[in-house]
Amino acid sequence: MNNFKVMMNGIVKENPTFVLLLGMCPTLGTTSSAINGMGMGLATMFVLICSNVVISAIKNLIPDMVRIPSFIVVIASFVTLLQMIMQAYVPALYATLGLFIPLIVVNCIVLGRAEAFAAKNTPVASFFDGLGMGLGFTLALTLLGAMREFLGTGKVFNLTLLPEEYGMLVFVLAPGAFIALGYLIALINSLKKN
Amino acid sequence: MEYILIFISAIFVNNIVLSQFLGICPFLGVSKKVETALGMSAAVAFVLTIATIVTFLIQNFVLNAFDLGYLQTITFILVIAALVQMVEIILKKVSPSLYQALGVFLPLITTNCCILGVAILVIQKNYDLLTGVVYAFSTAIGFGLALTVFAGLREQMSLVNIPKGMKGTPIALITAGLLAMAFMGFSGVVKI
Repeated sequence: MNNFKVMMNGIVKENPTFVLLLGMCPTLGTTSSAINGMGMGLATMFVLICSNVVISAIKNLIPDMVRIPSFIVVIASFVTLLQMIMQAYVPALYATLGLFIPLIVVNCIVLGRAEAFAAKNTPVASFFDGLGMGLGFTLALTLLGAMREFLGTGKVFNLTLLPEEYGMLVFVLAPGAFIALGYLIALINSLKKN
Repeated sequence: MEYILIFISAIFVNNIVLSQFLGICPFLGVSKKVETALGMSAAVAFVLTIATIVTFLIQNFVLNAFDLGYLQTITFILVIAALVQMVEIILKKVSPSLYQALGVFLPLITTNCCILGVAILVIQKNYDLLTGVVYAFSTAIGFGLALTVFAGLREQMSLVNIPKGMKGTPIALITAGLLAMAFMGFSGVVKI
């Protein structure tokens, strides 16, 4: 199977957010603006690629019985690494995303791909799978973030498109996250059928 | 008094699911029936409280004592995973009937982000042990309340006609949004 196909699979056919519905907590919790959504997506992508490559490289050394705990240790190490990097270079973004960065450990996408793809394929293929899934996730989060930011404040990526008085604040708050994602998935589902 | 405020705030004002977005996976996954929702809530309450006590002790007596704060994430997740296994084994031996009721839900809890989330939050908020336990327990009740109410709504919803494209997840998410809006009415009740 060629690597490009593996990558596109993650972005379109098996998009983690819109099709597989995995990793809902960061999807809803960090998309109050487009830039936050993108930051969260990229952070997850970093962990996803690194853990996929490492796990597929060491898969033959791990006994089957302790497979899941070992995967979790690998993932948790990369998350810790990411926390340190973000604290050092992008402290503002780290502060906004807050709790959701350490929670990448329990994000179902990361463990799910380790188990479903990296444990059975070569490191190179796993790299592209991680990249594709990560891009799919980033794309979904950025889209949802942009939608919520536009509806809530009339801006996209901090660029004012509409005067702020027209914004519906509820979309930036918690209920808007659920409602916006609900309509977005409904839209994608009906587009796919046609 | 302080404990009562934490209790009310964790259940209604800062509900873990509807305003902090933790534990969405079980919230959407096991909310098709009220009965399973109650089982899941009980299992979460049980594990969440124990996990908070254990992680609190580890943070204060191992990680802080030896200056290993950077190992927090990796330690906590391993402790929680091991703890869930242990609870499962002990429950099987000690109380088979309780195990029957909660058994299915226990393995799912390891990847429930509200367990790790609350464990980290208790440390970040600098709570002492008793406050931490009260906070964890009230959070679990808030989770249970949201899950059960949502399951009740979904049970009713399976009886009505829903536009084709909205079936399944989309309508569930929109319902959750309306529920979150209802909970927003509590904001400002307690300042904490």
